[in-house]
Amino acid sequence: MATDGSSPVVIGKDGLDALIATLTGRGRTVIGPTVRDGAIVLAEISGGGELPYGRGVELEAGTYRLRERQDGAAFAHSAGPQSWKTFLHPPRVREWSAERTPDGDLVVTEDDTVAPSYAFLGVRPCDLRAIAIQDRVLTGGRYTDPSYQGRRERAFLVAVECTEPGATCFCVSMGTGPATGPGYDLALTEVVDADGHRFLVRAGSEEGASVLAELPQRAADPATATAARERVAQAADRMGRSMPLVDLQTLMRETLTAERWDDVAARCLTCGNCTMVCPTCFCTSTEDVTDLTGDHAERWRHWESCFDLDFSHLPTGPVRESPRSRYRQWATHKLGTWFDQFGSSGCVGCGRCIVWCPVGIDITEEAHALDRERAARPPDGTGPS
Amino acid sequence: MTAEPRRRPKLAVWKFASCDGCQLTLLDCEDELLGLAEQVEIAHFLEASSADAPGPYDLSLVEGSVTTPQDVERIQHIRAVSARLVTIGACATAGGVQALRNYADVAEFQAAVYARPDYIATLATSTPIGAHVPVDFELRGCPVDRRQLLEVITAHLAGRRPDIPAHSVCFECKQRGTVCVTVAHGTPCLGPVTHAGCGAICPTYGRGCYGCFGPSNSTNFPSFIPLLRRDGMDTLDVVRVLRTFNTAAPAFDAASRKEEER
Repeated sequence: MATDGSSPVVIGKDGLDALIATLTGRGRTVIGPTVRDGAIVLAEISGGGELPYGRGVELEAGTYRLRERQDGAAFAHSAGPQSWKTFLHPPRVREWSAERTPDGDLVVTEDDTVAPSYAFLGVRPCDLRAIAIQDRVLTGGRYTDPSYQGRRERAFLVAVECTEPGATCFCVSMGTGPATGPGYDLALTEVVDADGHRFLVRAGSEEGASVLAELPQRAADPATATAARERVAQAADRMGRSMPLVDLQTLMRETLTAERWDDVAARCLTCGNCTMVCPTCFCTSTEDVTDLTGDHAERWRHWESCFDLDFSHLPTGPVRESPRSRYRQWATHKLGTWFDQFGSSGCVGCGRCIVWCPVGIDITEEAHALDRERAARPPDGTGPS
Repeated sequence: MTAEPRRRPKLAVWKFASCDGCQLTLLDCEDELLGLAEQVEIAHFLEASSADAPGPYDLSLVEGSVTTPQDVERIQHIRAVSARLVTIGACATAGGVQALRNYADVAEFQAAVYARPDYIATLATSTPIGAHVPVDFELRGCPVDRRQLLEVITAHLAGRRPDIPAHSVCFECKQRGTVCVTVAHGTPCLGPVTHAGCGAICPTYGRGCYGCFGPSNSTNFPSFIPLLRRDGMDTLDVVRVLRTFNTAAPAFDAASRKEEER
């Protein structure tokens, strides 16, 4: 549980309804978890009734199933099939359009569609860190992505601490949860026990405090505060997965020629699912489209994946043709070279890549296997195979 | 500046062994059809008009597979009179569902189907256009996707490469926010080995992809097929799901033959 100096309060389910209404009333599009097509997805919600009360999930590598929860909790489910990047860094964005004028000139118009003012309800701590990582990648360098920046600056984040990790979760290994880190406007901890269904709430920003002031609430009682703290602490002990307790950046650097890459490549479908469900994968490609007359053109940016052969396509063909080279690129970037590039891990331990890989490839299992192979052999240097 | 009257490129649409569905997809471009007719001279398109202008043609769209001795000669002629030749659909790019004959004795089929088999002149196999002449671009699908067909024609008019990704259908599911039917429902789905292009229609309606766009450019059947079995398919099911419209696509063909040998 974060301690940021503000006094926590307690709200009930009516407070959560009021939160959604208040955020909507302030002109925000509220995105939250809701059940659709056998999963808890992220979608626009207009009231608390759309939250997945009483729904949990059973996760395993390559498997996701909804289940009923007796306690009626709204946020006791692990990461779903999407992440918040769907909204902050959408799959397709128009960057500019161009018109040919009657005298043959080209007029290029940058796309200045005003991004929606989002409120994200239910940002898990791992995902809050993932947003911070995408902030660094897309706005923290020499060049800023205006599309992302516009959406991000206007977004209001309601974090929910994790009290129910899944079998594929490993945020403790990555240092991203289950308690929430900084960066939220409001942080909730859900408590359901004999004393009722309630949420301990802290504000993390001025706007958060202002929104919180509008909700029906009471001062946090010690029992609720203690129960919230205990639930988050217990969640830390119930991680379904863990990374090896080694420096992962070094592990990646020292295992570039490991046989394990052949082993995982034999299983990898190169279908790209892991990269698209990953909350930090940010790669895009651009496509220029024209209409039949050729007088109107548009540049669109869309998600791209290092598992796509086209991703590394050069005039002589793809640079990373083998599945081995593509999986290795993804894993070593995520766990290793991301530190060199952006100063942190690219993995937050949300477990989505494990769940949504159709054949259940598990990045933690691969890291353990690489660690074992390294231990069995002397370090092989840094040369690529 | 006064523009010279521009010669419109000549478009021809040809049919081989096929159901005409891909040609109908072109006619189905209702909103764009008049605009297209302004940009190209539709010189040969018997599905739409019996008017038939002679070649050579700037762009030929070829539907259907080669199944008769006449086809073998006709495609040579079409190639000779076409500056650019694009095949449209599963028949033209992979041999179509009629390539199921490649796994059987065509004489037996003739005897079973026709009262006078001796009237029938057909080849023992159904083969894609690319097996006979060089093809400039192959557009997948059974039938082809309307937007992709327009993209191929538009790209040709603009002199650019068409934006037709060859990766898996999974890319399309994830980009449109479709929940994975295999992971979340245990539904067998060919998406991870199938060429994108349809927009992931079937998974979006809760059913598994059945591969009508043929194999993607990066498949791994030895790892993928056990998933189909886990989700309830037996050997016959696996062979059958791979042997539909793209049965003779090399990656599907090799995988189904390997399954059959099990």
